[in-house]
Amino acid sequence: MAKGGDVSIPLASVFSEFGGAIEFLFKAQPSDLDPNTKVGGVSEMLGLLLNHVALSGAAVAIGTAIAIPLGLYLGHHGKGEFAAINASNVGRAIPTLVLLTVFIAYIGVGFVPIMLALALLALPPVLTNTWVAARQVERETVDAARGMGMTDSQIIQRVELPLSLPTIFAGIRVAAVNVVATATIAPLGSVDSLGTPIISGNVYGADGRLGAAIAVSVLTLAVSGALAALQRAITPKGLKMGAEKPRRRFSPNLRRRETATP
Amino acid sequence: MTLAQVQIQKREGGTCEANNGFCPDWIADNLDRYVDPFLQHVFLTVTSVAIGFVIAFALALLAHRKRWLLPPLSASSQILYGIPSVALFLLLLPITGRGSVTGLIALVSYTLIFVFVNVTTGLDGVPKDSVDAARGMGLTERQLLWRVEVPLALPEIFAGLRIATTTTVGLAALAFFAGAGGLGEEITRDKGFQSNIAVAGGLAVLLALVLDLLILSVQRVMTPWRRAAM
Repeated sequence: MAKGGDVSIPLASVFSEFGGAIEFLFKAQPSDLDPNTKVGGVSEMLGLLLNHVALSGAAVAIGTAIAIPLGLYLGHHGKGEFAAINASNVGRAIPTLVLLTVFIAYIGVGFVPIMLALALLALPPVLTNTWVAARQVERETVDAARGMGMTDSQIIQRVELPLSLPTIFAGIRVAAVNVVATATIAPLGSVDSLGTPIISGNVYGADGRLGAAIAVSVLTLAVSGALAALQRAITPKGLKMGAEKPRRRFSPNLRRRETATP
Repeated sequence: MTLAQVQIQKREGGTCEANNGFCPDWIADNLDRYVDPFLQHVFLTVTSVAIGFVIAFALALLAHRKRWLLPPLSASSQILYGIPSVALFLLLLPITGRGSVTGLIALVSYTLIFVFVNVTTGLDGVPKDSVDAARGMGLTERQLLWRVEVPLALPEIFAGLRIATTTTVGLAALAFFAGAGGLGEEITRDKGFQSNIAVAGGLAVLLALVLDLLILSVQRVMTPWRRAAM
C-alpha cells in the first residue's frame, strides 16, 4: 500500500509494498474486509502451504503413476509414437486456466476435480519423456537381456526402466513445477492453496496478494531445485560414467524445453 | 467461501442459463462480448512473442560469439523460468503498476527463455564440417553466421518460436492478474458457467492452434530443404 508521499519517492513505496508483503507472511493482521478477522501470519500460511503441497503431490503422484507404465509399455513395443510425442504439444496448447475451469464448470469444485485437472497437467511431460527414454535404450542392451532369457516384462522392469530413470525424472520435474505453479489458481475451484490470498484478494488485501506471490515463487523454485538434486542422485553410477562424453568448454546443459511454467 | 460468490452473476435467459449449462442460444446472443478480450489476447501474445524473439535472438547470437556469456544467461533464464506466471504478474505490480505493460513485461520474459535456449542449441548443433567448409571457402565470420549457421539452425529456432507462442497464449490467459485483460478475465468472471468456459476457453485453444500452424507454414517456406523430411 502506498504510504505518505507516494508519487515523489516511488522506490520507497516499492520497498514498503514488498516489506508489507513479507510482514504479512510472518505476522497476522486485521483483514481489509473485516477488522475483527485476522489474516496472514506464520500459522495460516503454513496451513495453506501444506494444502498446496498435498494437492500438488497427489496430482503429480497420480499423473506419474499413469504416465510411467503407459510410456514404458508403449515405448517397449514401439507403439503410440504419435500420441506419446504429441501429448506434450497438445498439453501446451491448452492453457492451464482453461483446463482448470473446464473441470470446475463441467465436473465441479472441490479437492478431487481440481486434483484430477492437475494430474492431467502432470501427465504429458512424464509420458513423452518415458516413451522417448524407453525408445532410446540401445537395441544391443535389450537383445543381450533377451538372450539371457528375460521376458518382456523383465526387460521393461530390469533394463529399460533403470536406464530410462534420469530422463523420466526430468519429465517428473517439469510436471511438478507446472503443477505446483498451477495449484496457485486452485482456489478458483474452492480448494485452499498458497494462492488463496491471491484469489480472495478482497479478504487478504494487497499485502496478502503480494506475500502469497512471494511464497509461491519460493516454493516453486525450491521444488525445482530439490528435484534437480534428486535427479542427479537417482542417476545410476554406470550411466553417469557412460554419459561423460568429451565436453566442450562452457557448454552448459541446455535442454530443449518441453513445457513452461503456467 | 468462494462458492458463495459464484451465484451473484446476472445472466439473462431461461433454465439452461440458470443451471450453468451449455446453452447454444446464449452463446449466439453473447458472442460479441468476447471480441475485445480476444483481440487483447491476440495483442498480448503477438506483441510479447515478437519483442521476446528479437531480444532473445540478439542475446543468443551474442552468447554464440562470446561464450563466457552463456552460463550467466542460461542460469538467469532457469531461475526466471521457475517463477510461476501468476506470481510474476503480481510481483511486477508494485514496480510497473496495473495494465498491459506489466502483462507484456512478464510475457516477454517467458518468451525470452524458450527462444534463447533453442537458438543456442540450434547454433551449437550446426555440424562442424559445414562450418569448416564455409571457412575454407573464405566466408567471413558474419557471412558464416548468416549464410550457414543461422539457416542450419532454423528448425531449432522455429521449434523454440512455436513453444514460446503456444505457451504465451496460455500465460496470457493469466495476464488479468496484472490488469492486462485478455480471455482469462472473461473465463474467471463466470467460471462456473459452462457456456462461458466453452467460448472463452475454446477461443484461447483455437488461438494457440492457429498461431502454431501459421508458424509451421512459415517454417516450411523458409526451410525448403527439410520439406521432404517433414
